[in-house]
Amino acid sequence: MKPIVVHKGKVAGMDRVNVDTDQIIPKQFLKRVERTGFGQFLFFDWRFKKDGSENEEFELNQPENRDATILAAGQNFGCGSSREHAPWALQDYGFKVIIAPSFADIFYNNCLKNGILPVTLDEKDVQYVIKESQAADYKCTIDLQRQIICDDSGFQRIFDIDPYWKEMLINGWDEIDVTLKYNKHITEFEKQHRL
Amino acid sequence: MGARTIFEKIWDDHAVIQERGKPNLLYIDLHLVHEVTSPQAFEGLRLKGRKVRRPDLTYATMDHNVPTENRFSISDEIAKKQMDTLVENCKEFGITLADLNSPEQGIVHVIGPELGLTQPGKTIVCGDSHTSTHGAFGALAFGIGTSEVEHVLATQTLWQAKPKTMKVNVDGKLGPGVTAKDVIMAIIGKYGVNFGTGFVIEYTGQVIRNMSMEERMTICNMSIEAGAKAGLISPDEKTFEYLRGKKHVPDGEDFDRAVEEWKALATDDGAEYDRIVEIDGSKIVPQVTWGTNPSMCVPVTKAVPSPDDFETEGEKRAVQQALEYMGLTPDTPIEDIEIQHVFIGSCTNSRLSDLQAAAKIVEGKKVAPGVRAMVVPGSQNVKEIAEQEGLDQIFIEAGFEWRDSGCSMCLGMNPDTVPEGERCASTSNRNFEGRQGKGARTHLVSPPMAAAAAIYGKFVDIRKLEKEPVGQE
Repeated sequence: MKPIVVHKGKVAGMDRVNVDTDQIIPKQFLKRVERTGFGQFLFFDWRFKKDGSENEEFELNQPENRDATILAAGQNFGCGSSREHAPWALQDYGFKVIIAPSFADIFYNNCLKNGILPVTLDEKDVQYVIKESQAADYKCTIDLQRQIICDDSGFQRIFDIDPYWKEMLINGWDEIDVTLKYNKHITEFEKQHRL
Repeated sequence: MGARTIFEKIWDDHAVIQERGKPNLLYIDLHLVHEVTSPQAFEGLRLKGRKVRRPDLTYATMDHNVPTENRFSISDEIAKKQMDTLVENCKEFGITLADLNSPEQGIVHVIGPELGLTQPGKTIVCGDSHTSTHGAFGALAFGIGTSEVEHVLATQTLWQAKPKTMKVNVDGKLGPGVTAKDVIMAIIGKYGVNFGTGFVIEYTGQVIRNMSMEERMTICNMSIEAGAKAGLISPDEKTFEYLRGKKHVPDGEDFDRAVEEWKALATDDGAEYDRIVEIDGSKIVPQVTWGTNPSMCVPVTKAVPSPDDFETEGEKRAVQQALEYMGLTPDTPIEDIEIQHVFIGSCTNSRLSDLQAAAKIVEGKKVAPGVRAMVVPGSQNVKEIAEQEGLDQIFIEAGFEWRDSGCSMCLGMNPDTVPEGERCASTSNRNFEGRQGKGARTHLVSPPMAAAAAIYGKFVDIRKLEKEPVGQE
C-alpha cells in the first residue's frame, strides 16, 4: 500500500446523498479477476450516455472537476454492496481522498485497505467544500499526521480517524504482515477456542 | 461480568487481542467465499507466498455469475473465467467448493444455514454485504471487502473496531398478508438507509419470536440496507430445531451440549444497548418501494410521494432524481403501477417458505399477458424440495419460468436482467439504479406481493385477494 501523509489536490463536488457502490462501479464490470483497470468504468452509467459519449451533465465530466484527486459527496457515501471494486475504481481514476458527512462501514474499511483516505466532516463543512469546488482551481490540503483539512482561503477543520488506521496509512504497511506478528497469539487462541 | 447482549458475548469470545484504543483482533469461525470477490484475494496470497490458514473453516460456492438455465453452457467468457478461477483457487488452497455440479450449490447465504455451517455464537464473514443474513441464528455475521477476504484467508482474523449496539424491538402481531419482508422494509422506510451505520442491530420482540428461521433470515439479511454492521437474533428453540440433523451440526450428545452453550448466548435480562427502537408490528402493512433505495417505500395502499413531502433540499433532490429514474409521477397510487417483470429469488426471499407463499397466490391462475415472471430457488436443495412438493408445476402452469439456483436477477451479473425502462416486482433487497440492468426499474416487495403482481400485471394489496393470505396467526 502506498503511504499517504499529506495530499493537496483539486476537489470534485458531488452533491448527492446515499451514493451506492452499484453506481460507483456497476455490476457488469465486476467479472475481472485483477485489481487494476477499473477507473475507466467508474460511475459508468452516470458518466456515459447510451452511445458511449460522455454525459456532460455528470459532475465528474464538468471542466472544473477534471483531474480532481479529492471527491466531496453527500452522506452515506459508498452504501450497499461490499465490492472493493468501488475503491479500486475511485483510486484508479485518480482519487486519493473522499470527503463526506458519513460513509457506509464496509466501503470505509475498503478505502483504508487501499490507501484511500476517507475524511468525515460535518454536513455544513462538506457543503462548503462542494460549493467552493465549483471554482475551477479549488484545492484542499489534507494533512493526515495532524488530522487537518484546509483550503487556501482560511477554511480549516480537524477530522477524526482511528489511530490504528492512521498509522497504517502513513506507513503504507501491509496489514497481513502486521497481523502475522501476532501469530503466536492466534495459535494460542485456537488451542482454547471451541468450534 | 454484568448483563451482556448476545453481540457482546460473541465479541468477547472471539477477541484474540484487545488493547485499549485499538481495533480488536477478532477470530473468524466461518469464512464463506464466492467467485466475484475472491480472485484478487487468492492472487494476493500467491504473490506473497502465503497459505490459507484454516481451509477447514472456509467454504466456497459460486452464485453471483452462474446461469440459471443451461447452467453448464456459460456464454459469458469473462464470467466463466471467474468461475474457473474459483475452481483452481479452491483446488490450490485446499478449500471445499460447491460448484455447479454439486447438490449443495446455491446462494452463499442460503446454503450456509441449510448445511448447518451457520451456527449460533459463530463469527461469520463473506465478501458479500448480505452476510448479515446468518445473524438470524445468533451468529455475528458481516460482509467484508476483498482485502479483508485475503486477510481472513491468511490469518483467520480481522481487525475490527467494536460497533455500538441497537435493539430493534418489534412487538404486537402481524396482520394477515404481512411478511418478514414487509417488517424490515417498513423499519428501513421509517428510519432510513443509514440509521444502522456503526451499529450491530439485535431484533427482539414478539413478532420476531413468532417468526420462522427463514423469516428471521429475511429480517437480518436486510440489516445492511439500514447500514448496520450486522443484524442478529438471540437463538431459541426454533433455532435449535432448525439446526438439528443438518450436515455440519454435531449430533447426539454433542448436539445437546451445543444447545446448552447456544442457550447461554441469548442476551441477558437487563443488558443495555446504545440505542433502542420500538416498532408496533400490528401497524405494518405490505410494502412496495417506489424509488432507488430501500428506504423509499410506502404501504401498498398509498401513493407515490412528491418531493414536496420532504424537508431538506438534499432529500427533495434525491426524491426528484429517483422519480425521474423510476418514470413515476407523484400521487400515482401504488396499485396503479403496472409491471412487466417479476423476480422471485435472491438471498432475501428464495427459501422454501418464500416459494410456498408465492405458490399459494399463483395456484390455478395465469401470469398476466405481457409479464415475464421467474422463480429462482436459492439453492439446488431448495429447488429439489420445492419440486418434490410440486411447487415447480404450480409456477410453470401459471406461466412462470422455473430456474436453477443463483443470485440471478437480484443483481443481473448473469444473463437474467430487466431491460431499460421496464419495471420489475422483485423479492430482492436493492432497488438501486441499474441494479437489475441498465435503466431497469426495481420495486421491492415480498414473495406473495410479487406473485400477485405477476397475476394482475400490477401491484395489488394481497390482503384483498380471496384466498387466505399468509401471515402470523
